[in-house]
Amino acid sequence: MSASLEIQLLAVLVAAACALPGVFLVLRGTAMMADAISHTVLLGIVLVFFVVQDLQSPWLIVGAAAIGLVTVTLTELLQHTRLVKQDAAIGLVFPALFSVAVILISRFARGVHLDVDAVLLGELAFAPFDRLIVLGIDVPRALVTIAVVLIANIAFISLFYKELKLATFDAGLAATLGFAPALLHYGLMALVSITAVGAFDIVGVVLVVALMVTPAAAAYLLTSDLRRMLVLSVAIGVLSALAGYWLARLLNANIAGAMATMTGVIFLVVLVLAPQRGLLAKLVRRRRQQADFAATMLAIHLLHHTGAPTEAEEARIDHLERHLDWQPGYAARVIRHAERLGFIKSIAGHLQLTPTGYAKAQEVLAS
Amino acid sequence: MDLGQLLHSLFFDYTVRTVALGTAILGIVSGMLGAFAMLRRQSLLGDAISHAALPGVVLAFMITGLKAPLVLMTGAAVAGVAGVILVIGVSRHTRLKQDAALGIVLAVFFGFGLMLLTFLQQNPDARQAGLNHFLFGQAATLMERDVLVMALFGGAALAVLGLFWKEFKLLSFDREFGATLGFPMSWLEMLLTFLLVIAIVIGLQAVGVVLMSAMIVAPAAAARQWTDRLGLMVGLSGFFGAVAGVTGTAISTLAGGLSTGPVIVLCISAIALISLLFAPRRGVLWTEIRRRRQHAELAMVLKGGRP
Amino acid sequence: MNPALEVTDLTVAYHDKPVLWDVDVTAPAGILMAIVGPNGAGKTTLMKAILGLTPVAAGSVRIDGKSYTQQRQRVGYVPQRGSVDWDFPTNVVDVVTMGRYGALGWFRRPGRREVDLAMHALEQVGMHDFAQRQISQLSGGQQQRVFLARAIVQDADIYFMDEPFQGVDATTERTIVTLLKQLRGDGKTVVVVHHDLQTVAEYFDWVTLLNVQCIASGPVGQVFTEENLRRTYGGRIAFVERDALATGGMALRSFAPAATAGGAD
Ligand SMILES: Nc1ncnc2c1ncn2[C@@H]1O[C@H](COP(=O)(O)OP(=O)(O)OP(=O)(O)O)[C@@H](O)[C@H]1O
Ligand SMILES: [Mg+2]
Repeated sequence: MSASLEIQLLAVLVAAACALPGVFLVLRGTAMMADAISHTVLLGIVLVFFVVQDLQSPWLIVGAAAIGLVTVTLTELLQHTRLVKQDAAIGLVFPALFSVAVILISRFARGVHLDVDAVLLGELAFAPFDRLIVLGIDVPRALVTIAVVLIANIAFISLFYKELKLATFDAGLAATLGFAPALLHYGLMALVSITAVGAFDIVGVVLVVALMVTPAAAAYLLTSDLRRMLVLSVAIGVLSALAGYWLARLLNANIAGAMATMTGVIFLVVLVLAPQRGLLAKLVRRRRQQADFAATMLAIHLLHHTGAPTEAEEARIDHLERHLDWQPGYAARVIRHAERLGFIKSIAGHLQLTPTGYAKAQEVLAS
Repeated sequence: MDLGQLLHSLFFDYTVRTVALGTAILGIVSGMLGAFAMLRRQSLLGDAISHAALPGVVLAFMITGLKAPLVLMTGAAVAGVAGVILVIGVSRHTRLKQDAALGIVLAVFFGFGLMLLTFLQQNPDARQAGLNHFLFGQAATLMERDVLVMALFGGAALAVLGLFWKEFKLLSFDREFGATLGFPMSWLEMLLTFLLVIAIVIGLQAVGVVLMSAMIVAPAAAARQWTDRLGLMVGLSGFFGAVAGVTGTAISTLAGGLSTGPVIVLCISAIALISLLFAPRRGVLWTEIRRRRQHAELAMVLKGGRP
Repeated sequence: MNPALEVTDLTVAYHDKPVLWDVDVTAPAGILMAIVGPNGAGKTTLMKAILGLTPVAAGSVRIDGKSYTQQRQRVGYVPQRGSVDWDFPTNVVDVVTMGRYGALGWFRRPGRREVDLAMHALEQVGMHDFAQRQISQLSGGQQQRVFLARAIVQDADIYFMDEPFQGVDATTERTIVTLLKQLRGDGKTVVVVHHDLQTVAEYFDWVTLLNVQCIASGPVGQVFTEENLRRTYGGRIAFVERDALATGGMALRSFAPAATAGGAD
């Protein structure tokens, strides 16, 4: 396999591995926790490295998962003291742990293959140089790592799909059914940690967050169905990875940075153009609904004053402008729209409710 | 360099004095404005702003070809404001929660900045990009003109904070009541957030984009534990920020060439930890002692009540 | 004389969901008016719309014959207690002083005079001894009184209070009622969102029954009837004692046992 193909494969796998847990982060409102964890895994890596003196050791994954849980626990402990709010708790814990890691590295781990920039930024382009023979096949080491992480993600999510779904949408119910939402929460955070470790020498810890959160967020704007959201999230992640790779080639720039940029571009496109929840669709719908709404409002207004002594006065067109506080042009437009919908008839400057309009007003008021 | 020498150079050495002054300014400004950010539950907005600043700096350089601090800081501020607008816009107009919006903005902007930077150097290896100072800060590179720009912007930001003190307090405590009094709350909110952007931009050179958010959160969290008055809290927060800034710079100089960002952050984290644990009345130790005493009293009463 | 409050054909929608439909409410000056209705009826929304805190789709609001923006200085507001962070670093007298911020205008800081006014207001609500107390150390009822004191120092002519009786004990309730009557005695108009149907007739002169539409609005004696309440609560009404009703008719019994009308939330 050529280096270019291998890099693209790596990019695709890392994007897919990140996009899966990302869905739950977005749905559960814990995206910033993932940001915190992706930073603090560095401390896990450093500490394990001091013990085993090997950056390839599988213990790194264990250390990362552990430090991820430590981060979550510390944040929650701090929050439980009620001395600070949740956002401040996150903002206190992770920079401190991350700083310890950075200082430890620059003091004691200089020269070995562990420098801060590598962890923070990763370098996909060099991944194919570090190789491994697995089952007699010569493959990049990173490919093996990220494949394992991806499989772990898929396994966890398919095993606990039902529980995760319930805990995400109704934590209370999940607890009463004995699903231990807290345990799932920690499981998910451990998953985020090992994903961050698996990805760190490929895209670095900051951009892991882009690959986790952005595709999932875009997917959430496209669908409400969890299964479909998982698929879409992965698809968007993979698409960004490939597009990012070619963009980086074109510009002779950093691949991971380009991948993150592409997730952002796709998110923007979805944000504006998504069929139902996109800004454009919303704007159009809002316009139409406002018109229908105003027409209904007019019908209700006329209904309210039917039979009242002021009926004749309330139904005069110029009176509407004054009472409903509508601009002159607006009132005329609403009246035309209401006539088109068949709600009212205008007879010599007086508005009259049609049977359709009467039924509509009654229906709305009854609901 | 030993401590005596350090103290000596702090007062008499021109470079060291410049650096100390710079970090003190950054600590004061981010501490005081961070207090409002924390009270308004926007502690993590700082993280998004500082990461979002990266592409702004690179673009400013690409467009002007200048490395003057004023140019780069302006670029950072513009990008920071763009980031804030996106965060607020996305969380207000879509079903996404604010944390997702923050995550997207901070990571995507950062990635975009990284891509631009490597493109600029025509070298895709991010590790070679000379980003180190930008990521983790290097206070030693602060020069007189940097400090001058910092003092100017920081001073202006604090002056505005003082001018609108009453209004900002109203905004932070009871926004809707403030609106019924006739103050334009959205406008004040934008102004206060813009001041936060300035505070962050000022600190980037010394603390770096990755850790700058800690200078927003930690001094405020520490100060909150010592006092129940807003004015005191904001002042104390600025003081803690300055102490951490200067101490951190001194330590990293003594230790020889450590990036200043992590050291400053450790200093301010230590202050926050001490405050959370030991501050009178609110601190963990204090509440624990009070709880124990109450338990003991209760036990006494129960025992005494028995014949 | 102009009515103190005149709401005409007010319609409010959140996104596309109408919350208030074509509401008309008129209140003469110098009365205490209760706004009553089930949860989600739009009571808070009505207040916020009157105060310009929520955009309205149609309709107009007049305070003493003029638009709200012109009369802002004459309007006082007591928001729901839970709407602020009570762990905010400030003390009681400071919060009460905020009531003067509007009159102070831009940039001017509160001084001696404002603090004196605040202390006086605190006396009126029986919170004088708590002036220097940190606000996180107040009970619910005390928080409510602080908010009332803040409204008093506004020295408004018409007040809007969102559930001031929510979660307060009998003593505080009495204090608040006394205060309301005192305000009325000073010729002020007070509009209160109220949940306890038992006490409507006792505390208030006028009542507005609200459930998305305005079911009825007027003097308690004419409006607070079994028929109107049934229309407001849609048959879920319970436990309103005979004397609490204007008509003095049969006591209403629960049609849906779990639902109670009073003190919900
Ligand atoms: N910001 C908002 N966005 C969308 N819908 C809202 C918003 N605020 C209120 N609503 C909806 O408007 C309706 C009326 O709410 P409102 O708070 O006015 O009711 P209320 O009568 O004050 O109820 P309660 O007795 O519980 O205080 C409710 O159905 C509520 O869900
Ligand atoms: Mg309400």
